[in-house]
Amino acid sequence: MIELDCRGLPCPRPIIALAKALPGVAVGELLAVVADDPAARHDVPAWCRLRGQEYVGADTADDGVPRHTIRRLS
Amino acid sequence: MTSEPEVYFDSASSTRLHPAARDTLLAALDRGYGDPRRLHGAGRDARLLLENARAVVAECLDVYPDEVSFTASGTEAVHRGLLGLAEASGRRGVVHGAVEHSSVLHAAAWRPHPSTSSIPVDRHGLVDLEALARAAMAPEVGVIALQAANQEVGTRQPVDAVDRPAGVPLLMDAAAAVGHGPLPRHWDVLTASAHKWGGPAGVGVLAVRRGTRWSTPFPGEDTPESPGFPDVPAALAAAAALQAVLAEAEELGRRQFAWIDEIRATAGALPDVEVVGHPTDRLPHLATFSALYVGGDEVVAELARRGFAVASGSACTASSLEPSHVLAAMGALTHGNVRISLSRDTTDDHVRALCAALGDVVLGIRRRAGL
Repeated sequence: MIELDCRGLPCPRPIIALAKALPGVAVGELLAVVADDPAARHDVPAWCRLRGQEYVGADTADDGVPRHTIRRLS
Repeated sequence: MTSEPEVYFDSASSTRLHPAARDTLLAALDRGYGDPRRLHGAGRDARLLLENARAVVAECLDVYPDEVSFTASGTEAVHRGLLGLAEASGRRGVVHGAVEHSSVLHAAAWRPHPSTSSIPVDRHGLVDLEALARAAMAPEVGVIALQAANQEVGTRQPVDAVDRPAGVPLLMDAAAAVGHGPLPRHWDVLTASAHKWGGPAGVGVLAVRRGTRWSTPFPGEDTPESPGFPDVPAALAAAAALQAVLAEAEELGRRQFAWIDEIRATAGALPDVEVVGHPTDRLPHLATFSALYVGGDEVVAELARRGFAVASGSACTASSLEPSHVLAAMGALTHGNVRISLSRDTTDDHVRALCAALGDVVLGIRRRAGL
């Protein structure tokens, strides 16, 4: 699984990183973004809804920073 | 920089003083300086002006004059109103909508209580009435707080449809809605803020219906009116503005509603732009949208460069790092957010120019981000 390190990046940079990384992920595969920006927990699910991808859920990276995982659907 | 004067699209933050308020304020500054509690002539003059202001506001809100109090701000009106209801009954639980103004959220969080709860909203920002009714049944709930309309996305709340247990009063924050069409009626306490309708800043309104139990939660006399010296000229100017605004509201509201439809359609037609807020059950003068891959600060700055003053609920435009709790509660995109709010002097040309600029602005920012 590709994991994007967006620690320290303000919104909307983590979402832009997601969008740029998506073409490199096969349909059905997972893509994760690690981001401490508090907007990410709202904006990753919203991005999935707007772009027709699946929001799988949130957990935390080893250092406790939130990690959001999505699945490419199209 | 543009050489044109700035077009003000942020009346929902604060509205330019209404001409009727300006004239009244200037006259009242000369006559309303005395202490309205004194028995001398200057005191009597100030008292007359203050009672006149109260009577006019009461008529505008369709309440009795003795139900109207002036406070130092809309925020203070909410704090006094909400906490005073809880104080009177001794029941400290507060049930409120998730998209209420921060003054409601702060007052509810001030004295944490197990029955205090925030009621979720749907995608349009409409509160879940069933969840609200259930939460209001919890023990020790002393207040329900529900706004007339939302300050960020314009959605009107179904205040009159709230099913509340007997003896639980409802506070309606009407700050965003006063002057923009009919208000719900089923409330016990109403709060509002004069600078939102074209009055001066520093005047809040706290209306407490007769028969409602209210006790001061703060030091001072046990009355809803703020302690401290009243700003009589500002209260009178606020009343004059409200009267003038209501006289214009129907015609102006019709025009603004159509312009907002146009702005919503223009923004919504851009790729990856989400228009936020109820499409029809909304304030007439306010549109909000969020653009994917765009920073709220970038879009505000780019519109400012082109001469348009707008607001944003995105985190990068806020004093905190947190994005708007309203957008978050609605599940809306919180970045790239823009709020457009029209004024009484907005023109067709202003709206056309804004609509013509939106696409360029959003697509230009995305292009520079490499998208």
